[in-house]
Amino acid sequence: MDLIEIRWHGRGGQGVVTASELFAEAAMQDGNYIQAFPEFGPERMGAPIKAFTRICPTPITIHSQVYTPNIVVVLDPTLLGSVDVTQGLGTDGILIVNTPKDAKEIATMLGYAGRLYTLDATKIALETIGRPVANTACAGALVKVSGLVSMDNMMAATKEKFREKLSEKAVLANIETIRKAYEEVSV
Amino acid sequence: MKLVLSGNEAAAYGAMLARAEVISAYPITPQTKIVEKIADLIADGRFKTEFIKVESEHSAMAACISASLVGARTFTATSSQGLLLMHEMLHWASGSRTPVVMVNINRAVAPPWSVWADQTDSIAQRDTGWIQYYCESCQEVVDTIMQAYRVCEDPRVLLPAMLSEDAFFLSHTSEIVDLPPQEELDAFLGTYEPDVRLDIDNPRSFGSLSMPHQWYPEFRYKIQEGMEHAVEAIERVDREYGSLFGRSYGGLLDLYRCEDADTVIVAAGSMCSTIRAAIEELRSEGVKVGMARIRVFRPFPTEAFRALAKDVRSLVVLDRSFSMGSEGAFFSEVKAALYPLSDRPDVRGFAVGIGGRDITIETIRSIITDSLRPDTGITAQKWVGLRRCEE
Repeated sequence: MDLIEIRWHGRGGQGVVTASELFAEAAMQDGNYIQAFPEFGPERMGAPIKAFTRICPTPITIHSQVYTPNIVVVLDPTLLGSVDVTQGLGTDGILIVNTPKDAKEIATMLGYAGRLYTLDATKIALETIGRPVANTACAGALVKVSGLVSMDNMMAATKEKFREKLSEKAVLANIETIRKAYEEVSV
Repeated sequence: MKLVLSGNEAAAYGAMLARAEVISAYPITPQTKIVEKIADLIADGRFKTEFIKVESEHSAMAACISASLVGARTFTATSSQGLLLMHEMLHWASGSRTPVVMVNINRAVAPPWSVWADQTDSIAQRDTGWIQYYCESCQEVVDTIMQAYRVCEDPRVLLPAMLSEDAFFLSHTSEIVDLPPQEELDAFLGTYEPDVRLDIDNPRSFGSLSMPHQWYPEFRYKIQEGMEHAVEAIERVDREYGSLFGRSYGGLLDLYRCEDADTVIVAAGSMCSTIRAAIEELRSEGVKVGMARIRVFRPFPTEAFRALAKDVRSLVVLDRSFSMGSEGAFFSEVKAALYPLSDRPDVRGFAVGIGGRDITIETIRSIITDSLRPDTGITAQKWVGLRRCEE
């Protein structure tokens, strides 16, 4: 069973759960089975939260929590040092961090020896969306780094997900964010 | 149409696809999203229904009973403390023979406060005369709402049903859900046309006084008769749904890899998915294990358990609830169902996942390892994974 488990870190209000769902919905368009769920419990604006995505080519017959993710994505750099973002992540895993710092510096800081990628997702979001919401940029970076979903399906899932919630202009800004993050993260 | 829906959203879509005509519900964590999603669907003009706002779950159920007596198809949803507050009205719903369908998010009962998965809330309603379904996936939530209305509105049954889904493990987990076409569901479900209803042009009284020499025991007996008819109706409707839409769930007792099993795990709810994954692992190691998922707890699948028991050496019963001073309800009822058999399998019981404590593949494996040990003569139910004060 090629089950992939992704853990998303951020703060309440930063679109962490939305990112976990969006990536799952893109993976579904590739014919995968998916699950997306928040950390179980009350969510408070600004408090550290987690969300999870499961992706598998065969039906997912598991309803327990995620302990050993294959991939971790950190949306908010202020969590580093206060939240153990590498917990359960093996050295064969992938870590993506939204930060202006380079990957080496973060690797040393976290003591993480696996594949680690950084991008300034907040800066990208400020340029394209005009607000510091890093969720779609981080999802765009994950598309490139993981190779789990195609960019076309990511775009289609983004349009579908935000169609009713956001204005057309805001949807396009998010698409632009994803494209830019995809280009900027170096693999 | 395939959508990505959480268990809560699936419940709201289920109510819409069943064309519930009257809904009354009071929000409570972790069920709130059901009420919010229903409000969204109504506001978007997609769901034509009468939503009655109330100040409590007790009133929500009272509104559903009244609307159902008039002949409306009714829906509500609650969880934990809300379900407990409804308790009095639950008896009224079954006693009045109203086919109300309710989704309950299985959440632990306070104190201590807990919003996490635990089946005590619904198990504590077992004597209220409600049919009880337990769902394993978001897909099953939608499909079971459809099936439940057909069963409940069957004139030979005419009882309410609650569908339970575990807090967070289903209520907040988004999965792919395939929604059948509305016109096909309409054909499957039909409309609710009770023979007897509240009608101002033809006044009747429901639930009035019955002296001991009058009809009280007979009314109660008729509820039991309805439950007995429900056994057949649940099986039949599940099969029919499967032939129409390609998904059925084993009726009352959903058997998985039991054909050649020596040991069969008995459980209900979201943990059953994890048990399936654990069974795959154990089977690959040569352990002949299967699962009997209690999909319906009321009416109890007595005959299905007796048929299963013929070929099985031991049953391992997992309860996500506990009756203080006794044992978990599944453990008790499985043993009671098997008692008349002369040759009974060994039945062992475990209380697990209480208050939302996670049940992993490893949890299931350790329970199976424990239960495969030679009989120690201890038949009491074990509590799995209790922490000690030193920890």
